[in-house]
Amino acid sequence: MPDLAIIIPSVLNGLTTGALYALIALGLTLIYGVLHIINFAHGALLMVGLYAVWFLNTRLGIDPYLALLIVPPAMFALGYGLQRGIIGRSSHGRDENILLVTLGLSIVIENLALFVFRSDTRIIDTPYSFETVEFLGAFLPLPKVIAFFGAVVTAAALWLLMARTDLGRAIRALAKERKGAQLVGIDADHVFAMSFGLGIACLGVAACLLLPSYYVTPQVGHGFVLIAFTIVVLGGMGSFVGAFLGGLIIGVVEALGGLFLGESLGQIGIFIIFILVLMFRPQGLLGHKV
Amino acid sequence: MRQLVLLLAVFAVIALAPFVIASEFSLNLVIMVLYAALLGQAWNILGGYGGQFSFGHAAYFGTGAYTVAVLQVQLGINPWIGLVAGGLLAIGVAAFIGLATFRYGLRGSYFALVTLAFAEVLRILSNSVDFTGAGVGILIPLAPGVANLQFETKTGYFFLVWTFTLAAFLAVWWIGHSRFGASLAAVRDNEEAARALGVNAFRVKMGAIMLSGLFSGLAGVFYAQYFLYLDPYIAYGPAISVESLLVPIIGGMGTLFGPLLGAAALHAVSELTREIIGEVPGISLVLYGALLVVMVMFLPRGLAGLGERLFARRRPKAGETGHA
Amino acid sequence: MLEVKGICKAFGGVQASRNVSLTVPEGRITSLIGPNGSGKTTLFAQITGFQTPDSGQVSFEGKDITGEAPETIARLGMVRTFQIVQPFAGQTVRENIAVGAHLHRASRRDALAHAEAVASRVGLGDRLDLDAASLTVAGRKRLEVARALATDPKLILFDEVLAGLNPSEIRDVIPVIRDICDSGITIFMIEHVMQAVMSLSEYTWVLNQGEVIAEGEPASVVKDERVIEAYLGKGMAQRIAQRQVVHA
Repeated sequence: MPDLAIIIPSVLNGLTTGALYALIALGLTLIYGVLHIINFAHGALLMVGLYAVWFLNTRLGIDPYLALLIVPPAMFALGYGLQRGIIGRSSHGRDENILLVTLGLSIVIENLALFVFRSDTRIIDTPYSFETVEFLGAFLPLPKVIAFFGAVVTAAALWLLMARTDLGRAIRALAKERKGAQLVGIDADHVFAMSFGLGIACLGVAACLLLPSYYVTPQVGHGFVLIAFTIVVLGGMGSFVGAFLGGLIIGVVEALGGLFLGESLGQIGIFIIFILVLMFRPQGLLGHKV
Repeated sequence: MRQLVLLLAVFAVIALAPFVIASEFSLNLVIMVLYAALLGQAWNILGGYGGQFSFGHAAYFGTGAYTVAVLQVQLGINPWIGLVAGGLLAIGVAAFIGLATFRYGLRGSYFALVTLAFAEVLRILSNSVDFTGAGVGILIPLAPGVANLQFETKTGYFFLVWTFTLAAFLAVWWIGHSRFGASLAAVRDNEEAARALGVNAFRVKMGAIMLSGLFSGLAGVFYAQYFLYLDPYIAYGPAISVESLLVPIIGGMGTLFGPLLGAAALHAVSELTREIIGEVPGISLVLYGALLVVMVMFLPRGLAGLGERLFARRRPKAGETGHA
Repeated sequence: MLEVKGICKAFGGVQASRNVSLTVPEGRITSLIGPNGSGKTTLFAQITGFQTPDSGQVSFEGKDITGEAPETIARLGMVRTFQIVQPFAGQTVRENIAVGAHLHRASRRDALAHAEAVASRVGLGDRLDLDAASLTVAGRKRLEVARALATDPKLILFDEVLAGLNPSEIRDVIPVIRDICDSGITIFMIEHVMQAVMSLSEYTWVLNQGEVIAEGEPASVVKDERVIEAYLGKGMAQRIAQRQVVHA
């Protein structure tokens, strides 16, 4: 049994990773909650965001945190366009078709990235990449600490947007009562695409916060897809608070799983949680049974 | 009956391939088309006829492949026995996943994601234990001879995969003409109504997933013996799951010949791109992905559906979409 | 033939069935009426195994079937139709009916032949090769009846099989239902079309807020004060009575 001196840093590390997972899952759960679709291209779009941050940094010298002003809006536009142009037109009344189309999109995006960037692992160099912060006797990388707080702030901003703005109200109305919202004059196609765009913009934020302490390859999204689904399912499909808590839980589970079972087998815990939650508590930990 | 005659005629014509095709390269292409049709037909049983979209058919494929490989390499058991064991274990894995999903009423996207998660669990497990060779993979020693389920020439492999594929197509023909198939289609189109008419939906779906798993497992056995090498990513990785669903979606889900059309179309596309653009990593996958998007958007009934629309008598006022 | 004893069922705070008891006699047409939301369809769902009652018992031909699966109950000889028709879209009328016919027929050929026979019995004989999704509402209602009938049931539960039909279509379907009963199949129906209840059913139960508030022959039940109140609101019975006095 490893002692606390190993467990505490591990848990803290898990929490910082978990906050980013939460941010990624937040985008997914927003899209699910409003459009009732599962975006399988979520991981691939995160990868697009990561390459955008990498490109801005290495080619134009833009700091990844400054890229927060550029990448999320661009990702928003990309999401808006994808939903209006492709995803929104392909369900033909079956959810699974959306899953297939977004799977197709992710294959296209990933392999285009492979074509353009090759399969090399890319990182960025920032002056603060190796800075650390001491907390509870653990040394945490500064970028991960910034990412943690950045994720919390973004989640709060998203919550405010949903609760306080006209767009948020329209989105919530549409999520709850599709027909009724359309009857009172809400342009459903537009608001759906806005929601999808917001979900993808979350990925843009996550990409800016993630890259200083992470890397990017064309396949980098794979690892995040099922994790994000697990978090969303764990938190209850469409629940913001649930997604955030779920993200933190999964981050810690992954860190501890890696500690006790080893890197390779450690990942298994996440998938097993995913399967068990869907089997026994599909409404999520916080959700109510319908 | 007409369909059965047509099916047998098509496979009889395909069986001539080794005798009329001289080049190894071209015969290999025919083998790969048959292999893709086998994978696709396996998925089609559950996805096309049963309406349960699996994203994790690699679970059965990998189990078939690893069974025959591990039994040979680690225990020295003859691959013909491995073939049977591989098929049975693939059925077993399918039964387990079926129990875990259908028993708990998982449908639609949830079913798809859980099957993917099961395949990932198997991939990680096979990457972590020693008897599969872990991340390094497992190499089956070259020992040509019918007794070893290895062949000197491509013709032997051709008839191995031809037999598996024909069996899968015959099974699907039977599905289209049996009570089991009628029940399966009823569950696909409306589970509640089917149950009200006395269809045991759970049992029917279990039957479909096990049959589907069997043929995926046989595809895995064939793969292992043909390429003589496996690693966790080949066996349980997402590529096989994607190929399995892509083939019938392109060809036409829920149709007998759809997977054959889809397999031929996919390989035609990737050969053409190779001719035109040359060897570029990932380019044929870009096309596969784009095809998937385009098919679902514009031709949800696949090439078979398109053919039906162009040539056959049209069902009056039949909806073009919604029953893919 | 069918006996329901003290069934209770609640969804959250809403009591959908309150101590419902009734006995459906063999060989007759009986019915269940009541205002919208009175729990008729929920009761059907509990009888046929789609929902399990919180308490109480359902027995069919003397056998306790409470909590059994719908497919098991169908196999015993009791089938239901759905108020919102549920065709297998994309399959032909013949294929749709054959699903029911397969319940007691393993052979595809027998099932298809039986499907054709049943189709002509309900007036779908000329539409066998049409996609079920292309049928009109009236056609789909007939298809619901045909599929249930094809299972060779002893008892059919029709859930508003006439709802949504125009008067001439209703006139066409009524003899079909009567013919089914004459062939020895017991019928228990939920119906809103009072004309049909009055002309078809011999006995009726009235459900209001999950509770049986009256039962008897339809002609006498509709005069029951509680029934009028349930349908038209409190005080209505008296006003109707007063008006009749004034007019008299």
